[in-house]
Amino acid sequence: MPFVTPEFLPALPEILLAVMACLVLLVDLYFGRRHPSWVFLLAQASLVLCALLCIALYPEEPTTTFNGTFRSDGMSAVLKVFMILVTYFVLFYSKFYLDVRDLFKGEYFVLSLFAVLGMMILVSAASLLTLYLGLELMALCLYALVALNRESSMASEAAMKYFVLGALASGTLLYGMSLLYGVTGSLELDRIREYQSVGGEIDIILVLGLVFIVVGVAFKLGAAPFHMWVPDVYEGAPTSVTLFVGTAPKIAAFGMLMRLLVDGLAGVQGDWIEMLTILSVLSMAVGNIIAIAQTNLKRMLAYSTIAHVGFLLLGIIAGTRAGYAASMFYVIVYALMGLGAFGMIIVLGSKGFESDRLDDFRGLNERSPWLAFLVLVLMLSMAGVPPFVGFWAKWSVLREVVAADQVWLATVAVVLAVIGLFYYLRVVRLVYFEEGQEAAPLVCGTDVKVMISTNALAILALGVYPSALLALCVTALG
Amino acid sequence: MLQNYLPILVFIVIALGMGTVMILAGSIIGPRRPDAEKLSPYECGFEAFEDSRMKFDVRYYLVAILFIIFDLEIAFLFPWAVVLDEIGTFGFLAMMAFLAVLVIGFIYEWKKGALEWE
Amino acid sequence: MLSLPHFLGLGAILFCLSVAGIFLNRKNVIILLMAIELLLLSVNMNFIAFSHFHGDLAGQIFVFFILTVAAAEAAIGLAILVVLFRSRQTINVDDLNTMKG
Repeated sequence: MPFVTPEFLPALPEILLAVMACLVLLVDLYFGRRHPSWVFLLAQASLVLCALLCIALYPEEPTTTFNGTFRSDGMSAVLKVFMILVTYFVLFYSKFYLDVRDLFKGEYFVLSLFAVLGMMILVSAASLLTLYLGLELMALCLYALVALNRESSMASEAAMKYFVLGALASGTLLYGMSLLYGVTGSLELDRIREYQSVGGEIDIILVLGLVFIVVGVAFKLGAAPFHMWVPDVYEGAPTSVTLFVGTAPKIAAFGMLMRLLVDGLAGVQGDWIEMLTILSVLSMAVGNIIAIAQTNLKRMLAYSTIAHVGFLLLGIIAGTRAGYAASMFYVIVYALMGLGAFGMIIVLGSKGFESDRLDDFRGLNERSPWLAFLVLVLMLSMAGVPPFVGFWAKWSVLREVVAADQVWLATVAVVLAVIGLFYYLRVVRLVYFEEGQEAAPLVCGTDVKVMISTNALAILALGVYPSALLALCVTALG
Repeated sequence: MLQNYLPILVFIVIALGMGTVMILAGSIIGPRRPDAEKLSPYECGFEAFEDSRMKFDVRYYLVAILFIIFDLEIAFLFPWAVVLDEIGTFGFLAMMAFLAVLVIGFIYEWKKGALEWE
Repeated sequence: MLSLPHFLGLGAILFCLSVAGIFLNRKNVIILLMAIELLLLSVNMNFIAFSHFHGDLAGQIFVFFILTVAAAEAAIGLAILVVLFRSRQTINVDDLNTMKG
């Protein structure tokens, strides 16, 4: 096989981010003690630069490079920009969180940048190899981030659980990949798909491989019945890390699902639709029902994440381009809402006070009417109440499910969403109609308040005018 | 067929010769002042003969962690070295970039003091 | 003569052993790490077998990457283990239960 020098242009954002992450590491090493804010500013600058580059290099046509292992197309570009945007906000909240608690470490930002790099590679993967490497780069950074606070015994327990179950998930995924490779003789997703369209008769081993792959992806997504790590990790990790784990990697996991199932395994669509239907119904049920019993807000939001993953799968179950676009819209909207909800916990906390129990939100309206209003927006949007954007997200996936003649599934989803309404509204009730016990002072600066307001108002604005983002998702998927 | 292996034979002979010369030179011209410490068997700070199920210092884990990463990256050098003349300058530079990333990791662990025992 | 199913059978047995090891082990977290390592090695067995019988090198390249990622994973796992041990003086799996709900 002749050796061809690959084209670097489509992967330029990734290359830039890799270089910048190394640079941030060195800057932290040599100047971190005297100028701790340099690391933060440099990390933010690299993210901005990288996002601009992604937009500038937006591919009109899907291009594949590096010997068919890396693909840049509309979906990857849009997902990347939103992942970077979300991470930009995450790092902003994180700096406040870490500063207040004297946990500020340069490694936090380096690990976050490398995690973003992993996610970008993951959504651009055109071969099982790049997909696996991107996934692991992301996952390894996240394990380390969860364990970053060495003093906290809860964080290290969460990290251990996350690590063991994450590694089990990667192992399962890999086993499925090895079976796919065995049947099709190729690691490239395009060739794997071509094999299925030529074959006619679908190999039973291929379906077996598909089962392993779906299980692995479900673990990573946190879909029931493979969700057991989600609540513990969300509760145990430092809130800023929970914020990160709960948002950007969800977008990446959606990208992974699309690459594997739609790009790679379109020939066995019927089989994976059945599997995803089970996962989706279970996730919505488990998430929405168990969340009611929670007293810790981080844990409650963890179960709410599981429920949202169930909804997100609905669009993919529809199995059409429009359905995928609806799912993409859902995951982006979910990331923005999660960002706001976990960001709010950070904003209300202070040193030695996590503000992660539901009781800590009691009487927030007396302490700060504006933040209370933002909580209202975020919770109603997560619950899917019109006119907030969460409603449009749920509506668009449900519409596609109905269009795919799965009316029963849509009915189940609506019923479970209504059950879910209960625990979101409980937070709103605590904020507005309950007496606060003691007024813990708000220590956050104006900059953080501006960030959270932008975040929540963006949700409000998207709710009024959702069609632009939805149209973007439809064009991106081509 | 067999003469393909001639270079290996030559290599073995040279290696044996080098080894013998080194050992002989050491034993003939090296100074010899034995004491109790020098004569005792030594194995990475452990007693050589005792119960193998003893507890050992948690710092060995750190050494193991650092070792395992740098150790396995070498695996990429072997296939690269075999086809180096076919992949040209680009292949060479690609591996240099890979090693540069490793060097950054190494600088990090050095500066952080992970290589210091105390 | 060994054929492809023999290798796949070995891979499948190793895979099942390691998954059983992860779920049945109630004693020591280090055994969990060993089971995870075994899991990845069983996948390697599959890849090498397929690669050999397909006459395609891509599978063996994948094995190289899995090996190095497994090393990084083991390193992170050990690091988390050390942190865990420092904060609670035990690495018993049954003691990992402070969070419930």
